[in-house]
Amino acid sequence: MSKSNKHHMGIRTLNRVSNGAIYTLLAIISIIWLIPFVFIVLQSFRVENTYQVGYVIPQQWGFQNYINLWNSDFKRWYLNTFIIALAAAVLQTVIVLCMSYTLSRFRFKLRGPLMRFMLILGMFPGMLTMIILYRVLADLGLTQANAVPGLILVSVASSGMGYYVSKGFFDTIPKSLDEAARVDGATRLQVLTKIILPLAKPIVIYTILTAFMGPWGDYVFARYVAFGTSSGYNVAVGMYSWLTNDQIDRMYTTFCAGGVIVALPVTILFLCLQKYYVEGVTGGAVKG
Amino acid sequence: MSKNRGSNTGGSRIGSLLKEYSDAGYLRLSKLQKFIYKILRFFCSIPRAVGGFFVKLGRIVKKAAISLADNIKDIGATFVHGDWKTKTSFFIMGFGNIARGQVLRGILFLLFEIVFIVYMITAGGYWLSMLPSLGKQGPEQGYDPVLDTYTTLYHDNSFKILLYGVLTIFFIIALIYTWRLNVEQNKLAEKYLKDGKKLKSDKEDLRSMVDENFYKTLLALPLTGILVFTVMPIVFMILVAFTNYDGAHNGFSNNLFTWVGLDNFNTLLSWQSAGGGQSYSATFGEILAWTLIWAFLATFTNYFLGMFVAMMINKRGIKLKKMWRTILVMTVAIPQFISLLYVSKMFAKNGLINLTLKDTLGWISQPLPFWDDPTWARVTVILINVWIGIPYLMLITTGILMNIPADLYESARIDGANAWQQYTKITLPYMLFITGPYLLTSFTGNMNNFNVIYLLTGGAPTNPKASGAAGSVGYTDLLITWLFKITTGAESQYYLASVVGIMVFVVVALISLIVYNVLPSIKNEEDFQ
Repeated sequence: MSKSNKHHMGIRTLNRVSNGAIYTLLAIISIIWLIPFVFIVLQSFRVENTYQVGYVIPQQWGFQNYINLWNSDFKRWYLNTFIIALAAAVLQTVIVLCMSYTLSRFRFKLRGPLMRFMLILGMFPGMLTMIILYRVLADLGLTQANAVPGLILVSVASSGMGYYVSKGFFDTIPKSLDEAARVDGATRLQVLTKIILPLAKPIVIYTILTAFMGPWGDYVFARYVAFGTSSGYNVAVGMYSWLTNDQIDRMYTTFCAGGVIVALPVTILFLCLQKYYVEGVTGGAVKG
Repeated sequence: MSKNRGSNTGGSRIGSLLKEYSDAGYLRLSKLQKFIYKILRFFCSIPRAVGGFFVKLGRIVKKAAISLADNIKDIGATFVHGDWKTKTSFFIMGFGNIARGQVLRGILFLLFEIVFIVYMITAGGYWLSMLPSLGKQGPEQGYDPVLDTYTTLYHDNSFKILLYGVLTIFFIIALIYTWRLNVEQNKLAEKYLKDGKKLKSDKEDLRSMVDENFYKTLLALPLTGILVFTVMPIVFMILVAFTNYDGAHNGFSNNLFTWVGLDNFNTLLSWQSAGGGQSYSATFGEILAWTLIWAFLATFTNYFLGMFVAMMINKRGIKLKKMWRTILVMTVAIPQFISLLYVSKMFAKNGLINLTLKDTLGWISQPLPFWDDPTWARVTVILINVWIGIPYLMLITTGILMNIPADLYESARIDGANAWQQYTKITLPYMLFITGPYLLTSFTGNMNNFNVIYLLTGGAPTNPKASGAAGSVGYTDLLITWLFKITTGAESQYYLASVVGIMVFVVVALISLIVYNVLPSIKNEEDFQ
């Protein structure tokens, strides 16, 4: 009796020690993961100098960097990115849902070859197509100052290739629901709008969220298309130019302020919809 | 798995491991032997797999040839046996449909034919005829009668010829397909009417677009987008690999470009020194090696560390689970270019970390060469990638970890398995099985992970040996960032970028093919449903 009790105690202390170690580790991890962001926020309020320094907490606090931001092209870049993100969120979602619903629900002759073909297409580096897409957009007059519609067009046009996650979700909705509705005389369109879409709310929100977040980080093609014309930049291209060797000493703290302004709304939106994001990622990424 | 191991019972243990073992024989091997055996078996299966691939390819070609012959036979038969409506439809598409009352279909067919003919006469014929040469006359100095001065006169445009030439070929293929459809429909309609059945009315046709043919309606827009903005550019760029299209031959304002056959592949794979530096093939080999090492390390460090973090948070008795998760998930939300650029500058020579260590704390006298030493840079890139990737992996693995049946662990514990044994015997196999497909996509995704490399280092530090190669090649450059560098700058060797892009495709496709054939969980899509 006493022996087993002792054994039990041993496990409990062991458990407590290991839990303590885990808490410590998790705390350290949390600090490492948050620290750069805390630094960005702190440095965005630094007014005594604008270059990189060896300390984090500002000696003089102020909003000078945010005022600089307001007086720069940043407003325009922000608006550009916001428009692209909004358009992408609507159009990409429609296209991705069309594609994934079809591939999940319909069995037609070319379905297998189509999916295999898209898999192979996906193996080509997307960057390869930039050169020609740029020239085509240039011919259409959708580059430089008019980069925004061009970027929307390109980002939406091929978005059907990213159907995997939401197809994985549609696959989990039982097909018997469709069949029951079909027996009752509903057309396929009615099945989609009346039965599947209401059930697919999480994946719809997930798709909207990821489509909206994408353009905020889009750099390469945006740079290609805007091609040195500031009014056609998105935030990533514009702010990247602040960190080049000849600008960084003047613009470093402004970059930090810009980072805060860009990250804040996206992060808040994300945290509000976190549940759906997690659902989409865990459900869809695995099924591939 | 066990099925593949053959039926050779009771093989000698000391004998060659190349032999195929039965289940019993396999189980009698030691751990090391099992490991070697698996690897050997994998390599032994490669010739068979490659052979199988070609056999499959041959079968596909044969099937295609047979179906083509059948098609031609069928078309001929339709023409011979068809009535005058069908016969006329061979030349005026949709005539049969209209004559038999399916006006909507007929008009669409006819419209397509008219558009095609008009296009071919006005433009398509020209583009197609120029395609073999990619333009005959480049820009020249000449007299402009309108402006009454001497200026540069522009003539052919190689870029447009290639682009619209490809488009025209797409268009012709579409016409042939539509024409075949038109013939088929005439044949069917004739047969239906002969059998006394009714043809579908226009109204029924329209209704079917939201019902049994709803998939066609849904796919029309996405597939058009993919065709125009992905398939066509890829075909175009593959063709560019066989031309000399670059900054000095931009096809319009300076020189035309033209077909050069396999020259560009020879350039990339040749051993001759390029511009005083090492050969292209050596540069390419170095970058490819680093790309593969990077993809491997980036995938698996993230995978195992992310799983580790998820397991820590999931452990029974750990409180505030939601808070730990939210802290990590929050970092997913912040656009990568901000975090990557910021961290990149943080580790720079005169960045926050070096300045703090040097000036504020006085621990070092020289800045640490995070981005200036090849090894430092590579290690730093991988570490920062861990920082970027763990939250995402944590999310993915958390869900799967929670799905592992708890009684598996319970019985393992009763059998006296310690935590490590539970991990290697239960958690890891389960995880690897479920996340196999994800690991593959993540590996290939990392091979093409432009953002992390470009925003962190831009490929730096520069590799002086590769100075002769296009673009400035650095030690952290992946194939994809190299490709980007090749296409920018004054020289803009687009043809070389195309060749590199094709190489990336070949490598990715090979790896996917191998993994696809080894992993059990990718193969059957329907199993998940």
